Amino acid sequence: MIEVLIALLTALLILVGAGFALVAAVGLTRLPDVYTRMHAASKAGTVGSGLMLLAVALHAGDLSTLARALAGFFFFVLTAPISAHLLAMAAHKMGYPLHEKSVRDELNDYRN
Amino acid sequence: MTTYILSLVFAVIWVAVTGSATLHNLIFGFALSTLSLWIVREQMSARGYWQRMGRFLSLLALFFKELALSAWKVAVLVMNPRMELKPGIFAYPLTVDRDFEITLLANLITLTPGTLSVDVSQDRRTLFVHAIDCSDAEAVKRDIATGFERKIMEAFR
Repeated sequence: MIEVLIALLTALLILVGAGFALVAAVGLTRLPDVYTRMHAASKAGTVGSGLMLLAVALHAGDLSTLARALAGFFFFVLTAPISAHLLAMAAHKMGYPLHEKSVRDELNDYRN
Repeated sequence: MTTYILSLVFAVIWVAVTGSATLHNLIFGFALSTLSLWIVREQMSARGYWQRMGRFLSLLALFFKELALSAWKVAVLVMNPRMELKPGIFAYPLTVDRDFEITLLANLITLTPGTLSVDVSQDRRTLFVHAIDCSDAEAVKRDIATGFERKIMEAFR
């Protein structure tokens, strides 16, 4: 009984995680500029990989794998926002324009 | 803050001494060192530790809730056939002033619904945040100020 439950939960986690990874990829192609794309990459990407790491930990069922999966998730949460932030900052410094629908850019006002 | 670091250092020492580098042993070591530090709390004058520990956990819970919500919002936005975007960058006046607090706040902002930190001003008093829906920047600013920023101040001061 408990094996079936764990298998179901693992499958669910993998499916939902893969779904979020897919959404992140679709977002990268559909969103209009680098800043909005970073939203998709940093959030949906983190949650997608996090859920799949959790599924691995649950499936393996031993503590050392769980520790490593949790460490992987932790580092993902730590590094994904930093890379998104650095890419957005570098793009803005190089003068990459915001999408034309953008309503304001106070960073531009600050720099000038 | 020093109590957190001390507890963590003691936990790592505990793991090294017992020779079993597993997660539950680390957590057990952390609990043990926290208990030991609690026993000598009078001498260390760190009585606020327990309250701050609770606030730290509440910050963590808020973070996971916001992360799930933000991934969901991005999913809904991306899968919507007609994307309604009003993106923009707004300036957020910082109340926290220590480097690690600003870093933490910027990271949390990036992982929460619709916002992404882009840059911090030279004098470290303004954070520039890109929002996917910038039609009401004042509301977003209020959310950050009463949510994460307040919780960070409660947990680390």
